Amino acid sequence: MGAYILRRLIFAIPVLFGLTVIVFAIMALIPGDPAVAILGSYATPENVEKLNRDLGLDKPLVQQYVTWVGNMLQGDFGRSYSLNRPVLDEVLERFSATLILAGTALLLCSVLGLIAGIVSAVRQFGWADRVITFAVLIGISTPSFWLGLLLILLFAVTWQLLPASGMYAIYGGGDLPDLLKHLILPAVTLAVVATGVIARLTRAAMLEVLRQDYVRTARAKGLTERQVIYRHAFRAALVAVIPVIGIQAGFVLGGAVYIETVFQWPGIGAMLVKAISTRDLLLVQGGVLVVAASYVLFNLLADVAQHMLDPRLKL
Amino acid sequence: MTAAAATAKEPPRARRPGAWALFANNRLAAAGLVILVAIVLVALAAPLLPLPPPDITDPANRLIRPLQEGHLLGTDQLGRDLLSRLLYGTRMSLAVGVSATLVAALIGSLLGLIAGYAGGRTDNVLMRGIDMLMAFPYILLALAIVAVLGPGLMNALYAIAVVNIPFFARNIRGITLGLARREFVDAARLSGKSNVAILGTEILPNVLPTIVITMSTTVGWMILETAGLSFLGLGAQPPQADLGSMLGEGRKLLFNAPHVSIIPGVMIFAIVMSINLVGDGIRDLLDPRLRSGALARPAARTAVNRESVADAPREENANALLALEGLNTRFEVGDEIYHAVNEVDLKLNAEDCLGVVGESGSGKSVTAMSILGLVPTPAGRIVGGRVNFHGDDLLSVPLERLRTLRGGAIACIFQDPLSSLHPLFPVGEQVAEAIRAHQPLSKEEVRQRTLELLQLVQIPNAEQRLSAYPHELSGGMRQRVCIAMALANDPEVVIADEPTTALDVTVQAQMLRLLNRLRRERNAAVLFITHDFGVVSEICDRVAVMYAGRIVETGPAEDVIHAPAHPYTRKLIDCVPVLGEQDRQLDAIPGLPPAVNRLPEGCAFADRCDRARDDCRVGNVELAALNKEGRAVRCLYPLVEGAEGSG
Ligand code: SF4
Repeated sequence: MGAYILRRLIFAIPVLFGLTVIVFAIMALIPGDPAVAILGSYATPENVEKLNRDLGLDKPLVQQYVTWVGNMLQGDFGRSYSLNRPVLDEVLERFSATLILAGTALLLCSVLGLIAGIVSAVRQFGWADRVITFAVLIGISTPSFWLGLLLILLFAVTWQLLPASGMYAIYGGGDLPDLLKHLILPAVTLAVVATGVIARLTRAAMLEVLRQDYVRTARAKGLTERQVIYRHAFRAALVAVIPVIGIQAGFVLGGAVYIETVFQWPGIGAMLVKAISTRDLLLVQGGVLVVAASYVLFNLLADVAQHMLDPRLKL
Repeated sequence: MTAAAATAKEPPRARRPGAWALFANNRLAAAGLVILVAIVLVALAAPLLPLPPPDITDPANRLIRPLQEGHLLGTDQLGRDLLSRLLYGTRMSLAVGVSATLVAALIGSLLGLIAGYAGGRTDNVLMRGIDMLMAFPYILLALAIVAVLGPGLMNALYAIAVVNIPFFARNIRGITLGLARREFVDAARLSGKSNVAILGTEILPNVLPTIVITMSTTVGWMILETAGLSFLGLGAQPPQADLGSMLGEGRKLLFNAPHVSIIPGVMIFAIVMSINLVGDGIRDLLDPRLRSGALARPAARTAVNRESVADAPREENANALLALEGLNTRFEVGDEIYHAVNEVDLKLNAEDCLGVVGESGSGKSVTAMSILGLVPTPAGRIVGGRVNFHGDDLLSVPLERLRTLRGGAIACIFQDPLSSLHPLFPVGEQVAEAIRAHQPLSKEEVRQRTLELLQLVQIPNAEQRLSAYPHELSGGMRQRVCIAMALANDPEVVIADEPTTALDVTVQAQMLRLLNRLRRERNAAVLFITHDFGVVSEICDRVAVMYAGRIVETGPAEDVIHAPAHPYTRKLIDCVPVLGEQDRQLDAIPGLPPAVNRLPEGCAFADRCDRARDDCRVGNVELAALNKEGRAVRCLYPLVEGAEGSG
């Protein structure tokens, strides 16, 4: 197992390398003078020239790239001009808030999606299946940023049950219950679409598995219907659903951009949106790279989990 | 694959309703289409409708609530009419979403076509690049692109299109890869056509459906995501407005004028939902498995709907261990009814071995699976007869009692040991599970018993094999595990459904010897399903031959083999190859068995029978006794004297 994880980690290196190439390529496409783009149109000529020198923008592209990656490897992601602090510090701080939100949402959508999918498959064509199928359809069609607003309107404004925004109360907050209270609405909103997708696929996987010969064998052995479904069928379906959960991690991380903006969650998505409006490109670059890299890791985790559950995949 | 599944998977092709009828039948998809068309029409017609211009501000009438005179949906913070803005915003969102889809489809398909057609290095490089794009969380890459190009609706469009290119490239490449190696492409190449011409005239028409399907599944997302970028303030910039930017602006007024943001959201939702419904409908149409109903989940036991049932077994079966009386099992697929098992009588005495022989599709496996209710419902259904076990009718016992019998007094061994064993559990655990389901033993006792069973079926190094997974064992070893599982609770009856068919010829012989020895040692009766008379001669005491769902001949195995009475039996016996010499296939009998949904009148075998005469094709040929030893045959002109053939 350990060797397998190590091998997967090594395989992840070229992917991470590719991510940097794409991000670098996108940044190199900036129309006009990048230094002006980075500093904004109010920059003085001296500042522009200094930045060009600092960033090595007068050098050939390949050399720029090597320097850039070299700096990042040393933890130097540059300096955010709008916040006037190192990009890495800001990104890591924001990313931890995003991880709390996205992690909770991912947990929610995995658990709820699996349960809904199983119930739906077991009660195929029954009313529970119809209700779930319909709810899933609505869930995956709902714009999450709009759903967030509706939930705020209902739970925070009308019923005043939960806070409308932020991660902690401004006065007297800061403890875990306070965090959880702030977490419920954004995490639920963020989880809705992914829950629908996972429920759909779980249902399909369960139906596929329940037709397999080994399920007939389980019945022929005299196992109870419970054991047949929750042990034999579910275990096999789970192996099929786990990679999907890995992919959904990407949608959840991306969707956090909307949710953090709607709920003013101090995460990396909200930071990116603000950085784009202020054209703080170094901040955008750092943020995108960190989130993309974490997505690569999420997928790696899903892979490892799948290998642990399925002995047919050789370690 | 069981005969049951095989039968169920051959839906009739004759009266398939057209694609459009099927689509219209899917009420949700049809509803989605209606909503979508309505939205598109209204959006297109917006300039013709009697609406105030969307951008005329009127500060005196700010934030009017919906359903007011003159402003059906109210006004926004600048007094602009919301209905008008909504329709123009919808136009914009649809236009941007559809354009993004077209751009993504064009570039993505082109990349896919090139990669799939060129193959080799080009393919490798292109697909690596595509994989790279997919390594980004979906919306993040779009953000990075907008960051560079700057906020704006066109830039949002490009960003969303780029992010969706991989979906097209991957799908199209897969199909093209297959097509590029087909004969008609080679022919075109030989005729001197250029690569571009081949791609355009030979391949493109074939991948077009895939492109359309991918578009229908991605256009909803693209509308949603462009609206999302606008919502974040990165897409449409004022005074330009799409649904997303309306929602984004309205958000600032969420607390005192919620309708300003809720209304555009409802529209986005309606558009995306109707597109999803239509897309699902299209996908269902194109997935043939859903059409035949084969994806339905099989119930815990076969459905039983008998019009009338005898209260007790027939007299001659009073002392039988297992007796089927007039069993009727059928498959209902759409409007078609397949009579897989038709009035079948079988009798199995204690410690006997009864062979049920027939080609695939003859109904022999379905007969065997009907006993324990293991025929999948839907589509299977038992519509008549009794299954007596010690005189009890298994078709009417409660499920819990049936469960204790399954794997307890009556055990099964199936054809393909690889698919019959759960791939994710160690074999020891699977055998132990069979024990635990019927005997309240301690953990250690179960382990001990499992080990004994594996040793009993002669698995070498049984102790180590306990933790092996099915894929780590050979075919023969796997089938031994299945036999061990069947014997776990000392069954009185073992139903063996072609247990040797999937194995190598040499292993087949070992397996037969093992089964024969074990059944004698354990005093178990065996119902042996096979297509192979060679197997029957080795192990069976009695035999029943099935054809097109009916028994056509029965009797003591030896007598039947030496002097078959039914022409079909004769041919089956002639098919038996010398062990190990050739494939045991039944291709020696010319023709195919009749489809059991349209059985001809008279003898079902008439079309393949060289003794057939005119009267074979009328009326019903009965199963008639041949002699005192319990031989019977369903034939008007049997090969053996003494039949009282009746018309
Ligand atoms: S009844 Fe006639 S057609 Fe049928 S098997 Fe006998 S001889 Fe052949």
